[in-house]
Amino acid sequence: MTEPPGGAVSVTAPPPADTSSKPLSAQRVVPLRRPGRWIVTAVVLVVVAQIAHGLATNPFYQWDRFRYWFLRPTILDGLLITLQVTALSAVLGLLGGILLALGRLSGSPVLRAVSWTYTWLFRSVPLIVVLIFLYNFSALYRTVSLGVPFGPALVTFDESRLATDLAVAVVGLSLNEAAYASEVVRGGILSVDQGQHEAAAALGLPKGYQFTRIVFPQALRSITPNYVNQLIGLIKGTSLVFYVSLLDLFGSVQAMGSTYPGDIVPLLLVATVWYLILTSAVSVAQFYVERYFARGATRTLPPTPVQRARSGLAELRARLRREAAV
Amino acid sequence: MTAATPAEQAPVALEVHNVHKWYGAHRVLDGIDLTVRPGEVTVVIGPSGSGKSTLLRVINHLEKPEIGHVSVGGELIGVRRSGKRLKELSERAILAQRGRIGFVFQNFNLFPHLTVLDNVAAAPVATGRLTRSAAQELARDLLARVGLGDRTGAYPRQLSGGQQQRVAIARALALRPGIILFDEPTSALDPELVGEVLAVIRDLATSGTTLVIVTHEIGFAREVADRIVFVDGGRIVEQGPPADVLDHPRHERTRDFLSKVL
Repeated sequence: MTEPPGGAVSVTAPPPADTSSKPLSAQRVVPLRRPGRWIVTAVVLVVVAQIAHGLATNPFYQWDRFRYWFLRPTILDGLLITLQVTALSAVLGLLGGILLALGRLSGSPVLRAVSWTYTWLFRSVPLIVVLIFLYNFSALYRTVSLGVPFGPALVTFDESRLATDLAVAVVGLSLNEAAYASEVVRGGILSVDQGQHEAAAALGLPKGYQFTRIVFPQALRSITPNYVNQLIGLIKGTSLVFYVSLLDLFGSVQAMGSTYPGDIVPLLLVATVWYLILTSAVSVAQFYVERYFARGATRTLPPTPVQRARSGLAELRARLRREAAV
Repeated sequence: MTAATPAEQAPVALEVHNVHKWYGAHRVLDGIDLTVRPGEVTVVIGPSGSGKSTLLRVINHLEKPEIGHVSVGGELIGVRRSGKRLKELSERAILAQRGRIGFVFQNFNLFPHLTVLDNVAAAPVATGRLTRSAAQELARDLLARVGLGDRTGAYPRQLSGGQQQRVAIARALALRPGIILFDEPTSALDPELVGEVLAVIRDLATSGTTLVIVTHEIGFAREVADRIVFVDGGRIVEQGPPADVLDHPRHERTRDFLSKVL
């Protein structure tokens, strides 16, 4: 080493006073510059701009035809069917899923086995097969009756009147949805701490109250994101009801497309945008539902977008003031 | 309230008779006999895994004993006499009995999605004893009594451990139980928070409530207990006033345990 003995000391010595008029302790820390991140950001922006430009200007998409079709009554009728089928199946599927989950978690081996078998069956059979099966149900069974097996029937339905296209679609989607929902609900119930069950039991709370007021509300916190996932799948899954001759959003688009083959691309864009709108609405609802069920689970609730924007502005103002002061 | 409820007439508040409990092949309780008089404060001590917590959980029938029975205020818990046999009660009947036995858990087990006030008011409303407004009024009184009158609107996770445990005690009191069981109420707390919880329990002890407390706080046991019960290996090794059991233990195992914890 050629360094003089005093070299080590000079490293830790304060910098010469002429670099700044302020003492080191009063200076703002300059954040690390990240040039690589800036370059990647610029590249991505260029690509995004190109895609947007292509979407807007490529004549292939025929945006004028898109505008023509977007709010046509026939499309809106289809949209209404999609909404109806989705809403009914989502509610019935969730109710069925809760019952199946309770069956899986019950003390009775028969209920557990039945519930497991149901879930196994309907998760294994493709939805389209279930739908077409149900569609042809009236050919297999003339009447549906509720009663003692091998004994007298108590209530009898005439299948041909019961099996409207809408009913077939809703029943098929609900059967399928319930199988998946049961696992979502079961997972949610299992995620609730055992101590909660014990505390509810130790207080002598009635069984129904324990489930509806103590366990299930806490389970909903983890059920919500998973079930919304299911729900989005369901919205898109409704497009299969076209095959049981129900004209939903996709069905109407398909029907119009075969009548006006030149408009197939704008028609598909119409369906795409409507599905985007539906899933976006569900995602917004999800945020607020999750926020509602987060009460108590987190010390502070996650901010809504408005709150976030407001606090972001306040922070920016405070930072500017701070920097001006330094 | 009339003066002649069974709990007050009966000479014993709690009787545990020849209770055996297995977890699989492991025998946790091996013939426990215990009698607690009304107003008595019983502190159960013993090494980990000795069966102390299981004993408490058998008393309010969170665990079913394989042999033996428990009665609180002269009433059999979880079973009924049918001729010479004991038959299990319906779930609904057991839940009704649990309402007369307070239980405070080591980990508080407050309901995180309910406010502090609703945690305390829930049970009297759900069991149909009080209207919602009466239950909330009672809850406010009880929370004030445990020193949390100003936190009624908070959620449990916004409170410290000591505060949560005090809410849990208020919740147990809301059903006006004849006896309260404490399962290591301070074991999950930071050392500086133990005192505030013990102060609330001490207050209950001096007010004449029948208490059974499982704890490792030997100093506290000496102070509040009318009787110390030392449990080891699922059996009661010895019991008696604190001065006897803690200062002049007769059994080698008691001496051995006390030498480790004192």
